[in-house]
Amino acid sequence: MSETAAEPKMAITVDFSGGLEMLFSNQRRHALSIPAHDKDGKPSNIAFLISHLCKTLMKDPRTDLFVLDDHIRPGILVLINDADWELEGEEAYEIQPGDNILFVSTLHGG
Amino acid sequence: MAPALCAVCKTARALIKRPKNHSKLCKTCFIEVFEDEVHHTITSSQLFFPGERVAIGASGGKDSTVLASVLKTLNERHNYGLDLVLLSIDEGIKGYRDDSLETVKRNAVQYDMPLKVVGYDELYGWTMDQVVETIGKKGNCTYCGVFRRQALDRGAKMLGIKHVVTGHNADDVAETVLMNLLRGDMARLSRSTSIVTGNNSSEVKRSKPLKYSYEKEIVLYAHHKKLDYFSTECIYSPEAFRGSARSLIKQLERVRPSAILDIVRSGEDMARLVPGESPSSCSCKGKSKAPAEVAEDDIGGCGSQNGRNPGNEMAVMDKQLRENEEHEAHEIDVAKSTPRNEGGTANKKWELPVRTAAVASKVVKGQVLGNCKRCGYMSSQDICQACTLLDGLNKNRAQIQI
Repeated sequence: MSETAAEPKMAITVDFSGGLEMLFSNQRRHALSIPAHDKDGKPSNIAFLISHLCKTLMKDPRTDLFVLDDHIRPGILVLINDADWELEGEEAYEIQPGDNILFVSTLHGG
Repeated sequence: MAPALCAVCKTARALIKRPKNHSKLCKTCFIEVFEDEVHHTITSSQLFFPGERVAIGASGGKDSTVLASVLKTLNERHNYGLDLVLLSIDEGIKGYRDDSLETVKRNAVQYDMPLKVVGYDELYGWTMDQVVETIGKKGNCTYCGVFRRQALDRGAKMLGIKHVVTGHNADDVAETVLMNLLRGDMARLSRSTSIVTGNNSSEVKRSKPLKYSYEKEIVLYAHHKKLDYFSTECIYSPEAFRGSARSLIKQLERVRPSAILDIVRSGEDMARLVPGESPSSCSCKGKSKAPAEVAEDDIGGCGSQNGRNPGNEMAVMDKQLRENEEHEAHEIDVAKSTPRNEGGTANKKWELPVRTAAVASKVVKGQVLGNCKRCGYMSSQDICQACTLLDGLNKNRAQIQI
């Protein structure tokens, strides 16, 4: 998918923890500027963010540890501004500028 | 979506949706409810006595870190009078355990608890790195598991402590129930669902105070309380079978969050069918040795607040049993290797392999706790599993040296 420079962007922070940081350059917090709309012109939602992260931020080839069958892997919790995404509409939540999205894995032992 | 309000305080914004009953809670109420439920498990199962010295099996991971934090909080809040110690096992895996042990050392300071670390190298003369060098990655989890189990006992003994608590959560128990169900190992299934293993006569008893706590809630508790924990995967690939059971549990949770506690309860129910096994359900009415039917009534009180009717529990078990039977019919290989009861009995339709006389006696034999003739530690066999594995390893080492 192509994005032109003229497209409006929005600034958000994305955090990874519980072992997921390993898949994203071993870095917990990422300050990102993401397109405000998806390729169909709809406001960017969590589903869009997840595929965007896979395409642009994830350097590790093991995408199946983050996404399974086009959805977030079961066992990974998503918090939107500290709230369980299940309270916010999950993948359909429309991202707002300044949002913090945290992906935390419950799958790792210790 | 308008932000939902907390179902308890009705004032703060809900941040957590509980998997077991879908209730929406704010951060403060969630932390309180989570701690209250662990307290309930502890008191209703009479896990501790005042003045007891308890070792917390601490890996630096989320579960044991939350366990240490919650136990410290509850011990102070409810005056349990416990003397809590952190006990860590160093398996000897470079680049994995080194980092998590650093976390445990910080935890010891944060929670003001003494820390004892025991290593596989000092106990067995082998680090896991050396084990993997010898036997390869395949099957190494078996060694690590057997060694860890005994290492915790031995560490506790060094400290003069008779009770080890571990951070096993509801997801772990459900996973183990499923694995044992799939292996047809009812005796182990029964033990894996017990909140306490070992008893006052054994040297070290173990318990799982987080047995009814969802992994999701443990992670959220750690997140909202900003606990310092370490998360990484063991560098040696985990057992494929356990991994599959784990994925299945997580997928089920996505569709039906209550499934995890339901599997735990089904496991407890099935445990009652195993001869010589006492159920370890939560006895809410404060009876230490609750008869089966009382325990059954009480189970609903431990977990879901949307009370479950016992009839449903039985239906679930019935269905499970029937499904087992159907699957058994398809599993030619397994059926062949399963010892059969000589001469069909009347209640053949309901027979589980473990209930046949021949197998039952075998199971009972396996359950009698004694001491290993080699190392002297608790074992249900003459030579404990750890010593048996060590024998094999040492032979290999000898061969390699020749």
